Amino acid sequence: MDVIDLARLQFGITTVYHFIFVPVSIGLAAWVAICQTAAYRTGKEQWDRAARFWGKLFLISFALGVATGIVQEFQFGMGWSDYSRFVGDVFGAPLAMEGLAAFFVESTFLGLWIFGRDRLSPKLHLFSIWMVAIGTMLSAYFILAANAWMQQPVGYELDEAAGRAEMTSILEVLTNTTALWAFPHTIFAAWATAAMVVVAVAAWHIRRGDHADIMRPALRIGLGVACAATILTATVGHFQAMHLVDVQPMKMAAAEALFETKEPAPFSLFATGDWTPNPERTNVDIQIPKLLSFLAQGDFTSEVKGINELNAEYRAKYGPGEYAPIVGLTYWTFRIMVGAGTVLILLTGFALWRLRRRGRLDPRLLGLLLPAALLPQIANATGWIFTEMGRQPWVVQGLLKTEDAVSPTLTTGEILTSLIGFTVLYGVLAVIGGALFARLAGRGPDPGGDDRGPGEPATAPTPEPTLVY
Amino acid sequence: MDPTTLETVWFLLIAILWAGYFVLEGFDFGVGMLLRRLGRTTEERRNLLHTFGPVWDGNEVWLLVAGGATFAAFPEWYATLFSGFYLPLFLVLVALILRNVGVELWGKGDTDTWRTRWEWAIIVGSAIPALLWGVAWANIVRGVELDANAEYVGTFFDLLNPYALLGGVLTLVAFLAHGACFLKLRTHGVLLERATAIARPLTIAAAALMVAFVAATILRQADGGGVEVVSAVLLVLAGLAAVAGPVALRTRPALTFAASATSIVLVFSGLWAELFPNAMASLGPGPDLSLHAAASTNYTLGVMTVVAVLLVPVVLLYQGWTYWVFRHRVGGPDAVKGDTPLDALGAHTKA
Repeated sequence: MDVIDLARLQFGITTVYHFIFVPVSIGLAAWVAICQTAAYRTGKEQWDRAARFWGKLFLISFALGVATGIVQEFQFGMGWSDYSRFVGDVFGAPLAMEGLAAFFVESTFLGLWIFGRDRLSPKLHLFSIWMVAIGTMLSAYFILAANAWMQQPVGYELDEAAGRAEMTSILEVLTNTTALWAFPHTIFAAWATAAMVVVAVAAWHIRRGDHADIMRPALRIGLGVACAATILTATVGHFQAMHLVDVQPMKMAAAEALFETKEPAPFSLFATGDWTPNPERTNVDIQIPKLLSFLAQGDFTSEVKGINELNAEYRAKYGPGEYAPIVGLTYWTFRIMVGAGTVLILLTGFALWRLRRRGRLDPRLLGLLLPAALLPQIANATGWIFTEMGRQPWVVQGLLKTEDAVSPTLTTGEILTSLIGFTVLYGVLAVIGGALFARLAGRGPDPGGDDRGPGEPATAPTPEPTLVY
Repeated sequence: MDPTTLETVWFLLIAILWAGYFVLEGFDFGVGMLLRRLGRTTEERRNLLHTFGPVWDGNEVWLLVAGGATFAAFPEWYATLFSGFYLPLFLVLVALILRNVGVELWGKGDTDTWRTRWEWAIIVGSAIPALLWGVAWANIVRGVELDANAEYVGTFFDLLNPYALLGGVLTLVAFLAHGACFLKLRTHGVLLERATAIARPLTIAAAALMVAFVAATILRQADGGGVEVVSAVLLVLAGLAAVAGPVALRTRPALTFAASATSIVLVFSGLWAELFPNAMASLGPGPDLSLHAAASTNYTLGVMTVVAVLLVPVVLLYQGWTYWVFRHRVGGPDAVKGDTPLDALGAHTKA
């Protein structure tokens, strides 16, 4: 592997890893805020204990998300300096705005929320967690707007002399149609991801028969949110895919392994091809006739362009080269994403139906809901890998190729050092964070009556961890 | 070419973000490094973490915004600096991750082993950035090898020259002293006693290093293109502020903290005054990277200015409010209302 492959691998590993925690934090922040609102409105102590319990789990996810997020702010410059020089005038703006508008809000109000239980009025304390929840979603918008520009560059002009893109309209950059689709898709997916974390923890406790007052409503609401949010994610995803056919036809063609332009185009259920990035034809392809035309264009007769024709078009436009992504990878990540979402909808829908009919779930189904919390994570990871790898060879669609984006001074030694360093560190953190998460989740909510404030020493010999350190 | 007004504004804003970061995270790093030295029991260490617990995360955002603002306003600077200083920056990132996770997870385990490991993560994770930020900025201003495309062509070890290392040791010790001064305002009882005991040698060491670094910087300027007046004045003031710290220590702890914060801001201001109108000084073979050459278009800078003007005051307001909410001293049985750092500003200390 040369420097560029290693740099891509590092960006992929650090970003996919970071995104394990992002959706969990976005969703759990909102869930903790809802629990605390219920406590504030009803005055029921169980909701207060729920808010603190889920809050603890939220904090572990947030801590790891923030820690791994710092890397993101700097690694564009570190590994991708030519990318940074080219896009900075446009891409830097949403990133800086995220810092000013969202990061400050999240981290400042999180500190207020963690330590402010006894210092703030209940209303202000509640306000703090809502600000955190809103901050996480604002953050998501700015990042998705920045990413959308890489998929669909808008609101810019090229300065050939300076060799860079220059922003002409911040409004166009922030209202990029790709971002407008990606935002609800990502937020709904985040809610589903966090809801399944809640469902898994609740299912585990219900199976053991403890903490029913907190876990039963959590299971019911969690299942409902997970099911509804996944259906919404898929619905938005469908329109997103139609939009992709317009703005990134190659990505969509690769997602369907559609090599030849067809009118109408069939939908591929299972395809294989030669073991090469672009095999230019499928070996096996089980299809449903006309369905892709419908999914892509909304009717059963339209033409959908294939990889080979698009490749020829791009060669005429951009010069010789390979303009298809790794087709097999794009095809399968797309299918794993959709498949994981579909299984999730069926599973949560079935569990909801059983819950409604019988009022409870049998242990086997409860046991199944535990590993099901991985389904949204699988869909999230494959979704992003599809989005980013499906855009190749471009780093900015049609403007800048990935091979021209890497830092020219980066050496193999440097990138290997950081790649191994980050991977080992992240691996260790995953083990420690995962074990801690499992331990605190398994321990369940405090029995109640714990009003220990930040400054007060613990009286118990083995202090029950509170929100403060 | 001279920088435009907007470019100058953004250079100032980025300088302010870094200055704010160093003043705020400076004491987080300082307290972090002193964690095991000053805190002997779990409870004492818990209290030490609580002195900055509610605010450190917000303090760190100053760095992230400084990074984001540099990307948006001076993409060439962002690209050259971060790709050029790849390995030191990697070390800083690893350290910050360790420190952040350590602070958050320290109290969430049950065993002494768990806590001890995270304490070391916090200590090392605070010391590495405290050292390397000084090394980095000393190098940026002193100059590094840039080629004609403004790519860094030196090595990792070129960054470890004596002048930059002096800058690194300065920030390391100055942040330690800053942390001790902060603890004098934020703690009670035995922690206050220990903080007071260690603040003295630390502030004296920081003052000595500050004077040495100021002298080295002015001599370096005289050796190169000549002493820059504004820079030299700021640097001398930084030295004076640092020396004032230990003098005020016994009677006016709040003034010592203010002196420490002021000297940190001033010494970096002196460096930035020398750097201006460049973003990075070059020792060859290429020219300096000027702010103007590194900058985004006027349109982007204008948009970002509007955003900054709208948001920065709001951010300052609620961050300031957070400091007000958590103004009370921690760690004593008599941690009562009214006994705040603000009271210490006028009154003689009880300790």
